[in-house]
This record gives sequence, C-alpha cells and structure tokens, in this order.
Amino acid sequence: MLSRPTLLKILSTLIVFGAWEIAGRIPVSYAFPTFIESMQALARMTFDGTLFTAYGETLKPLVIGILISTVLGISIGLAIGLSGWFDWLMSPIFIVMQAAPLAALIPLLVMAYGIGLTSKVFVVCIMAMPVIVLNTSSAVRNTPSSLKEMGRSFLGSDLEIITKIIIPSASPIIFSGLRLGVSAGFIGAILSELKITPTGVGDIITYSRSIADYPSMYAAIFSIILLAVLFLNLLETIENILFEGNNRGYVSD
Amino acid sequence: MKIGNYQLPNMSSLLLWGLLWEIIGRSGMTFFVPPLSEVVMTLFSVIGTPAFIKALSETAYAFFAGVFFAIAIGVPIGVLMGKSRLIDELLLPWVNMFLSAPLTALVPVLMVLFGFGMKSIIITTTLFAIWIIILNTRAGVKQINRSLIEMARSFGATARDAFFKIYIWAALPEILNGVRIGVIRAVKGVIIGQLLISIVGFGALFELYSANFLMAHFWAVLIVLFAMAFAVSELLAYLERRVSYYASTR
Amino acid sequence: MSQTKEAFAKATALDTEIAVSTRNICKNYGAVEALKNLSLDFPRGQLTSLLGPSGCGKTTLLKIIAGLLEPTSGEVEVNGRLVTGPGPNRAFVFQDFALLPWASVMRNVAFGLELRGVAKSEREAIAERYIREVGLAGFEKSFPHELSGGMRQRVGLARALSVDAKVLLLDEPFSAVDEQTRRKFQEDMLNLVAHENKTFIFVTHSIEEAVFISDQIAILLPRPSRVSEIIRPTGFRNRDMGNIRRDPEYLDIVDQIWASLRSYVE
Repeated sequence: MLSRPTLLKILSTLIVFGAWEIAGRIPVSYAFPTFIESMQALARMTFDGTLFTAYGETLKPLVIGILISTVLGISIGLAIGLSGWFDWLMSPIFIVMQAAPLAALIPLLVMAYGIGLTSKVFVVCIMAMPVIVLNTSSAVRNTPSSLKEMGRSFLGSDLEIITKIIIPSASPIIFSGLRLGVSAGFIGAILSELKITPTGVGDIITYSRSIADYPSMYAAIFSIILLAVLFLNLLETIENILFEGNNRGYVSD
Repeated sequence: MKIGNYQLPNMSSLLLWGLLWEIIGRSGMTFFVPPLSEVVMTLFSVIGTPAFIKALSETAYAFFAGVFFAIAIGVPIGVLMGKSRLIDELLLPWVNMFLSAPLTALVPVLMVLFGFGMKSIIITTTLFAIWIIILNTRAGVKQINRSLIEMARSFGATARDAFFKIYIWAALPEILNGVRIGVIRAVKGVIIGQLLISIVGFGALFELYSANFLMAHFWAVLIVLFAMAFAVSELLAYLERRVSYYASTR
Repeated sequence: MSQTKEAFAKATALDTEIAVSTRNICKNYGAVEALKNLSLDFPRGQLTSLLGPSGCGKTTLLKIIAGLLEPTSGEVEVNGRLVTGPGPNRAFVFQDFALLPWASVMRNVAFGLELRGVAKSEREAIAERYIREVGLAGFEKSFPHELSGGMRQRVGLARALSVDAKVLLLDEPFSAVDEQTRRKFQEDMLNLVAHENKTFIFVTHSIEEAVFISDQIAILLPRPSRVSEIIRPTGFRNRDMGNIRRDPEYLDIVDQIWASLRSYVE
C-alpha cells in the first residue's frame, strides 16, 4: 500500500498531465500539442540521439559557468564575510546585482565577446554568482559568536578558527547558495541559447518552432525543465544528507 | 567600515567604483565602457525622449499587471494551501518545481500561444513572481500562532472574523517577504520576456542601441533599470521590517 | 478510580454552590488516553487549581472546559448548562498571552468585545476601565512588543476580564514571566478572587503557586489522567498575604503535595 503523500503526488501528476492531454485534444490552440504527442516526440529525439548531442552543447557553458561561479563566488563571499573593509567595498555590487535584471546585460556581452562560448559562460556566471557570494558572506558573518569565542578561548589560531569553525558552520548555507546559483545558472544557460545563438536545446526549440513542429518544441522544453528540476532535487537531497546534523544540531533556539 | 571614528555609509563604496569606471572610460581601454560622466550626461538626455518614455511605460505596465496577477492569484492559493491539507499535498510538488525550474524555457511556448506581444510578457512576469508568493503565504498561514486562533475561537469569532482579523495579519510579514522576492523576480521576468520577445519596451530599445553601437545610451538605460529595481526591492524590504513583529509568537 | 470517586464525594459534600462541573470526561488522541473518566466540581466564587506534572492533561481539561477541545466522551456543565463550544460565560487567559502583535493594548483588551459586536466607543470605555484595573493606565496606545512579559500577561488578563465572563480559565498564565513579577501576580490574583465574584480555574505546575492562591487544589496524575487528591487550604486563607509563605499549614501542604508527586517526576 502506498503512503498518502506518494498517492497524492501521483494523483496530482495525473491531473496535470491529463489536463494537458485534454487541452491538446480540444485543441485550445493550433500550437498546443497533446501530452502524448509531445512524449512521443521526446522518445523519438532521445532514441535517435538528437537530445544527447543537444545537451552536450547546452551543458558546456552551464558547467563551466557554474564551476567558475562556485570557486570565485565562494572565495569572494569568504573575503566579504571575514573582512569589514572588503565587505564595504564589494557587498554593494552584489546586492545591486542580486536585485537587478542582469539579463539586460546580454546584448552588451554579445557585442563585447561575440556569440560564442565566452558570452554564454559569462551569462551563466552573472546569473549564478550573486546568490553564491551573498549566501557565503552572510553565512560567514553569522557564525555564532559563542563558537568563535570558544575557539579563541582554546587558543586556536585565526586560520584554525576559519577552517575548523567558521567554514564548517557556514557550509550548509553556502551549499544552499550553490543550489540557488545552479538554479539561476540554468536560467542563464537557456536564456543565452535562446537569445545569443541557438545551439543545443535552444536550437531544437527555435528550429522546431520555425517549422511549426510543436510536439518537438514542447518535448525539448519539457526535457530541459525536467532535467533542471531533477538535478536541483538531487542537490537538495545531497544537502539534506550532508548537513542532517546541522538541522538538529543547534542546542539553543 | 570605519575610517578613524567615522562610519562610512553602507553603499558609499559605489562612489569608488564609479570613479574607477570613469578612469577606465577615460583611458579609452575599451570601446564598450564609456566614461561614467558621459553615461550620466546621456542618461539625462535620454530620459525625456519619447522612445525611452514609451519603453518605460510599456515595461511598467507589463510589470505591474504581472505582479498584480501574481499577488491576486498567489495569495489566495497560498492561504488555501496553508489551511487545507489535501490542496496542499496536491499543489505543493508543482509549486516547488516551478519555483526552481528555469522558467525562461517556457517563454517560447508563451510566444507561440499568446503571440509576440504584451500578453506574453505579462504572463512571463506573473510566472516568475507567483510561486514564491504562494509558498511564502502558505508558510505564513502555517506558522500562525495556534493560541491566537484559539483565542479568537474562545471569544466566539466567526470564520470570517478569524480570517480578516487574525489570519491575514499574522501571515502578513511572510506574505510581504514573498511579495518582495516575487517582485525582484518579476523585474527579471519582465526584462527576460522583453529580451526574448524584443519588439516592445526595453527589449526594443536595447536592440536599437546595440545595433547602432550607442554604448553610453545602453549603460544609461541599464543604470536607470538597475536603480529602479533596487529601489523597489529596498522599499518592500523596509515595509517588511515595519510589520515583522506581527508574526511574533508572544 | 476509587480515588476519583472519593474526591468527587468530598467535593459534593461542600456547601458552596457548584459553578462548573465536569462529568466522566474522557479524551483520546488516537490510541493515547489523555484523560480518563475525569469528574471534578468547581465551587462558585473560588479559585481551583489544576496541579500536576507535565503530560497529566491539565491543559487539555481546561481547553475542554473552554470548549476549544471536544471530549471523546463525558460532559461539562457551566452554571447548569451543557458546554458545546466556546461561550460568553467563560474567558480564557493563555500561557503565551495570545495578544495580537499588530494591535495596540487598547484594541487587544477590547478584542473580545469587538468579536461580540460591541460598538467601538462602548467597548473602549470598558477596556479602559480594565486596563486601569490591571495597572496598565498610560499604556493604552503601546503595542505588545513594547511591553515586558508581565505587562503583556496583564493585557491578556484585562481582555479576559473585560468580557465579564463568570468563569475565568487561566492556562499557566504566569509561567512565562519572571519570578518577582510572578509573585506580584499571585498577590493580585488573591485580590481579584476576593473582589470579583467570579469562578477561577487555574492550571499550574508550581506547587507553591497552587497552594498560595487556591481555595481548592485538584492534583492530577498522568497516564491516564485522573484526580488523585483534592486539597483545600483553609487555615491561612483569611490571614495577611505577606505571612502565608511562612504559615506552617502552607509549608505542610507544599511538602505533602511534593511527597505525592515526586514519584511521577522522572
């Protein structure tokens, strides 16, 4: 017997896909294929390999961009969290970036770096970096002062306090910043494929739209959203496993 | 940050960055970065132009319409999810999914379904903002202090009284927090929508400037846009802090 | 069970009128029996404490009397009328105060009346009187987060008094305030019982507090809850408040209750 939450999840999935199917059959619009048609297109693209080559293209800027953002973002975040001077200097930039619609920079990036990989990596970076930096810096800044004082009272050096107390205590929030960064990075990767040059999945979407092959277009969009959601869920699961202790670990409230 | 005894204001380092920008611009190192002074001059000359005002009003219209729908639809759904377990369990997986999904990928669908116009941009904006509003409203309703509800019941409150005098107010800080994040996302959504659809608002303006290599114009518009986005988010953060004690448990 | 009967017999033997009575209350949460066959009488115009270790169901019983919880079986009568839900004859004072954080002291105190549809000017006049009575005059426009814990509970008390209910239900009302404030509250409570013609039902886990303020103490034992003993401190009731805490009878009763409860404290 399935548990009630699982049952309801299945039920709600059935309702949504059922509604999609029915809306496609009516049809609500000439450009709205049924669920089954879209899934057939998805299966076809998966088996003839189109999808895999497409994702190879799409994931390249995403992976490079995320790696750069992770290394750079965490370093900058640590520096901001640890040094008041750096905080004053750098925080405003990232606070503004966090609130600003950075997508508007894309036309400028294209002019400066052309339509190749560099621009796309850049787009991923500017989307993903602010949240990584801000999460890291605020996690470092909010290390419980009792922990830091404990380290000092047991004669820990500054370096030890940073590596053995501050970073471990900040890591759950840094990690969730990474997850949010990946989520923003996906937006950047897709945006750059749709706006800069259609490659990879963006190419499938753009091309099938231009020849009115709507099932393929919907299938490609479905697959990228599914991929992003699955990957982010995986990260969340890892987060829960890694930092399980931290969720319960705090003694006082 | 302090120099001597003087506390430097929070955002004051931006002046330093501005200075750096000016120096890079003056040095002629790159064509893409004109001096800040030139950008500011252009800013004032651009602001009054019909093209800018048209772009701004179209963007504002799409933005406010999108946010309006996001709040008007999102808050009631969130309250329902907070109060009913069945609705919550049916909707929560989808809300969580769309919260983190790359919604940009849906813009092409909106374009073929609703055309290359304002309608698609408004829907994009709503889609960007609505999920966090739903989720925060739900969380706000769920965390309402039980004894406030019992208090209302013990004094004989009707369901309507309880909703308008307790639920809405006790959940208000969370709802406002959701609206603030939602609005920040909506700003991004409206710009992404315009970039991809690119025949209305700032999307069109950007195409125009980049086609003609009008760098100073481009940066001027960017500054205006960023400043407005930042101002909106700070204003909402201020409101949120004003009501934060509404959710206190004692 | 035999103890319950005995206690019940003692209570009915009393010559004062009974304001509230519970009869054979059972309350189950799934398979867990929180209250079992609990019968208890509360004399009019007096303060009865429900005392017991945590988990003995004293708050559950209070909420059943308030009509906030429904008993699985059994019934509650208030002034001869069966309780089916919250009603205007009872007012509740909450452990965590349950004040509206967004409303002023004035609106908080008047909130009970507001929900009963009393006109604004009228309810504010009543509220003002009780704000003065609990010693908060001058704080009408303050908000709960600007008050100390003790003052917040005074607001909660004023709110309960302002609806003029004949029965006041207090759920560990002083557990969240500091010790000094608490002592002051206990003395105020004695005055309140003496001057207001109301029936007080008071949940507490402090033995000293119960003995200090109660006309009648019902000791509840856990799993499943039952009334093990009913104690009526009478000897020092009419003496000077300042001397109660060193009265031999007071000390004896405190000791005696602790002796019977200590085996239930893990």
